[in-house]
Amino acid sequence: MSQLLSQVFATLSALLLAPLLLGWVDQSRAWLANRSGPGILQPYRTLHKLFNKESVMADTASPLFRFVPYLIFGCMLLASAIIPTLSTDLPLARAADAIALVGLFALARVFLALAAMDIGTAFGTLGARREMLIGFLAEPALLTVLFSSSLIANSTALKTIVNKVSQNEFTIYPSLVFAAMAFVLVFLAENARVPVDNPATHLELTMIHEALILEYSGRHLALLEWAAALKLFAYSTIGIALFLPWGITGGMDPQRVILALVFLILKLALLGVILALVETLSAKLRIFRVPEFLATAFLLGVIGMLTHILLGS
Amino acid sequence: MLNGSPLNWVLWVIAVWIGIGFLGIVALRRFGVVAKVFFPLGGVVGVALAWASARALTSGTAETATLPIGLPQLQFHLRLDQLSSFFLLILGIASVGISLFSAGYFRNGAGTAPGLLCMEFHFFLASMALVLIADDAYAFMVAWESMALSSYFLVTANHKMPKIRAAGFLYLLIAHVGAIAVLLSFGILQANTGDYTFANMRLQQISPFWASVAFLLALFGFGAKAGILPLHVWLPEAHPAAPSPVSALMSGVMIKMAIYGLLRVCFDLLHIQIWWWGVLLLALGLGTALFGVIFAAVQTDMKRLLAYSSIENVGLLFAAMGLALLFRSYGMNTLAALALTACLYHVGAHAFFKSLLFLTTGSVLHATGERNLGKLGGLIRFMPWVAWLALIGVLASSGLPPFSGFVSEWLLLQSFLFTPGLPQSFLNMLIPVAAASIALIAALAGYAMVKFFGVVFLGQPREDKLSQAHDAGFLEKIGMLWLALSCLVLGLAPNFVLHFIDPVTQTLVGKGLAHSGSANGWWLLTPTSLERASYSPVYFLVGVVITCALIFTVVRIFYHGRMRRSVPWSGGHTWQNARMQDTAEGYGQPIRQIFESFFDMERHLPKPEESEPEYKVVVTDKFWKGIYLPIARATEFVSAQVGRLQQGRISIYLLYSFLTLLITLLLVPGVSR
Amino acid sequence: MSNISIQLINLFAAFLLMLAFAMLAQRRVLNLVHIYALQGFTVVAATSVVAYVTHQDHLYFSAVMTLVLKVFFIPWVLHRLIKRLNVRWDVETLINIPSTMLVGIVLVVFAFNLALPVSRLSSSVSPGTLGIALACVLLSFMMMITRSKAIPQVIGFLSMENALVFAATSATYGMPMVVELGIALDVLVGVFILGLFMFQIREQFESLDISHLENLKEG
Repeated sequence: MSQLLSQVFATLSALLLAPLLLGWVDQSRAWLANRSGPGILQPYRTLHKLFNKESVMADTASPLFRFVPYLIFGCMLLASAIIPTLSTDLPLARAADAIALVGLFALARVFLALAAMDIGTAFGTLGARREMLIGFLAEPALLTVLFSSSLIANSTALKTIVNKVSQNEFTIYPSLVFAAMAFVLVFLAENARVPVDNPATHLELTMIHEALILEYSGRHLALLEWAAALKLFAYSTIGIALFLPWGITGGMDPQRVILALVFLILKLALLGVILALVETLSAKLRIFRVPEFLATAFLLGVIGMLTHILLGS
Repeated sequence: MLNGSPLNWVLWVIAVWIGIGFLGIVALRRFGVVAKVFFPLGGVVGVALAWASARALTSGTAETATLPIGLPQLQFHLRLDQLSSFFLLILGIASVGISLFSAGYFRNGAGTAPGLLCMEFHFFLASMALVLIADDAYAFMVAWESMALSSYFLVTANHKMPKIRAAGFLYLLIAHVGAIAVLLSFGILQANTGDYTFANMRLQQISPFWASVAFLLALFGFGAKAGILPLHVWLPEAHPAAPSPVSALMSGVMIKMAIYGLLRVCFDLLHIQIWWWGVLLLALGLGTALFGVIFAAVQTDMKRLLAYSSIENVGLLFAAMGLALLFRSYGMNTLAALALTACLYHVGAHAFFKSLLFLTTGSVLHATGERNLGKLGGLIRFMPWVAWLALIGVLASSGLPPFSGFVSEWLLLQSFLFTPGLPQSFLNMLIPVAAASIALIAALAGYAMVKFFGVVFLGQPREDKLSQAHDAGFLEKIGMLWLALSCLVLGLAPNFVLHFIDPVTQTLVGKGLAHSGSANGWWLLTPTSLERASYSPVYFLVGVVITCALIFTVVRIFYHGRMRRSVPWSGGHTWQNARMQDTAEGYGQPIRQIFESFFDMERHLPKPEESEPEYKVVVTDKFWKGIYLPIARATEFVSAQVGRLQQGRISIYLLYSFLTLLITLLLVPGVSR
Repeated sequence: MSNISIQLINLFAAFLLMLAFAMLAQRRVLNLVHIYALQGFTVVAATSVVAYVTHQDHLYFSAVMTLVLKVFFIPWVLHRLIKRLNVRWDVETLINIPSTMLVGIVLVVFAFNLALPVSRLSSSVSPGTLGIALACVLLSFMMMITRSKAIPQVIGFLSMENALVFAATSATYGMPMVVELGIALDVLVGVFILGLFMFQIREQFESLDISHLENLKEG
């Protein structure tokens, strides 16, 4: 019962913290650009507004198109529920290990691309193609990152990985240097962040994610925006779980869970600032530099695995 | 009858299939009888085959029989063991769906007469079943050749088209070159004892050198059938040329016969396994898979796309088999069982989803008359059944959870992550690279499959006539539904499936996963331990469905469900039409750019002054130019030289015969002495 | 050697390998200089750790020398060179970057297998660090091959030397002072000569693209 409770608590905190993280990143970007910014609560306001609006659906849309936002939201929520954020003792986490988690993201991506192709406009298909282009390079890159960690823990279960790194005696894992570097690149690409995509633009030459959801409006758009925030949150927590797991508790003692929550929020705040800094400092890549960017991530991941075996640790 | 041994059942099924084939001849032109009675009957018999082989699998003993057919002294030895039963099970299940679909699919009047088609189809099924139960080289080769021949005639069902004849010829040629290699391999395996039964081959202790030669010959022979690099060229020609149910049968099932053959030789007939065999298989498999998936992503013909995707899957199967062989050669049997399980799981998964996908292309072809992706689109509106069933196949094929392709890929990746235990440090270092390429291949498969589904079924119809497309008929729907259900079972109940794979791995490598796999409940797949890795498709599905339902109701309760239909927004552009969507070429463009060195490309870019501008890009296989054309030229040259012997005068021909006779007599030992 | 110091050395080895790959993947000349400085700093850190653990005080001296020379002085010279020659912009590589990295991975595997028998000869050599140092040498060499401009080639040459020093200090725990001084002097002289050389190339061809040197051949 208490396991269930901890699962529900983790899921709810993911659901609520995700827009906050997005707001925090946007706010930090605004500050770095010397603007005052909309405040970190802006994503909630946007979501509320969108949910209240009527949904306008293209008359060529098939049932697939209507059902996809719910599915993607479900996938992202499930992903956030599986990743150990506060405690490693999550009943749902058994359903999926690291590989299945990547599969879950891939499932969401495929459906998003299909939905974008469904209307049959030039923008949608362009976005779908670019999204799949990013996907087929980012997914294996993420997998190699996770493999580097699983080689250390000798397991692909996220729970075991976190326990191995955080609760044993302090050890330095050189392979994680590569994995972390690769992860940062994948993180930026997967969350449509600046060197790859620009979340703040609607220009056809630069956008990827926005092109995919161009035809959505009202509650469907709200769900997709929320799902995108959840994805950002999920990726951040994957990064935390793999590279900075200290603070995640093993059990579900309420006091320690609250402490873990405080740790989590601090880490996320730090991560948000770093993300904003990276975005501010880098320039958007041309679309045909993106495969190179991601191939670099992929190969760094491979080198990470190799280093693990080379150094025998 | 019901108590008969499984082998008897299998023999009956083969007999009935052959019988239906002959009945097809009798009712040569009576289309109604052939379509409405014979094909469904064949399907029902397929159920019996699946049932009998499932029973044989779980009963756990091998059964043998001898059939007094063939030459005197040279009877058919038959044996039904776990490995054959597993493949028979796959054959049975797939044949049910494909037969039912065929009953509704074949139309009167096109090409070959319906009765003849019925005969070839059922002979094809029967010969595949016979391949699986053959227990001597003689029976095996007879079945293998009749499989090749019957499928050749099926491929050339539309023999009026020269392109299809050429494809059929290429197929026949490579199939026969492969068959010779298989035969030679058996010749080595019997080790000069003159006894060609498999039972005898198992007893022989041949030296590592000859074992390697036998392995390489078997790899060549079976690889030719499976479409391994560089013997794959026939596959993208022949599979699309055949009628769709036949493509389904060839891609889904016949290719697996080659996998069966190689498994039989490597793990059963040969008494040793050498580590470099595994490395070779792994490298060949990965190369083939990468090649196949990259080419699949740039195809513009939907059946060719699927054919290349089959090449990719064969590559994955070979890679898994190679890994199993590698573990086996080091005596790490539990891991060998894991890799072998991944291989066998993928055999099942691919058989069902690829058959399903080929069948859906058949329905699309019938409804629209188009195979070219550039002229399709938007079919989900006109043929919803086909579209949604195809979606299941597409998701399974992309390796997405909770569908069937994911389970096998997951198992395969798990077995890769175990490799750091290998005693050779060099191999240990190559494995991460291999695991990473598996991940890349899986992701690329998703790309190709999104292209397939998105371009065919989504968007706006690219031609006007598409809006007249009709959905599949009743029997076609049933056939596809059956295969889609099989896909779902494989995706959602891995532990149930493991019960059928476990006996096979138990007999081949002595270990199995059924026990450890479901140790934590039937819903949770744990290949070794809960700590190490677990995956539960049921949790997955339930989790996603519950959250979807919950969100849906919550949004309705707190907000509203208002919706308005309108023209697409499309960034505010007012004028747009179906031609502004991405074409199949456009969708493949990033792949063409990134993997440019893989292709031989011919581009035609329109010039500004052209009145009818046309953009064309033809992507061809480098292997044609690199390997096949030189061989063809060399053959042509040699035959031209031989042609000089041909003088046209009878006395010279008689002289040739005379000389031949003299030389032969000279060589016969009794005469020369 | 305590456990933690071995881990630290391994970590620095990984950093060095990472920087070598970063160099392969980097197009901007200025960033190459920064990576080179970082590489120097990693070597300094590794040398200091070895000095601390093995109580070889002369290694501290060598660390300080590396710091001054390779982290501050040479990068400063290179910066000035880049400014004077005005070649701050991106340079295209001869082979595209992912393929270069792929070849790099093969080199790593190769180097490790080369280092394996060497490390068996002596107990104090860890195969991992020696393999990585060797791999860094090969990678720097490859970077020199794949670049067509003179400055990246010079940086490749310098980072090769960095990897050698790392191999000497960390994998085998130090080498005689004289050898080290000699190497340092060599590098210094090398940088000056190459700097002069670049000015000459530029004056001659109005560009630093060394493919122009092909014009010098006879006929």
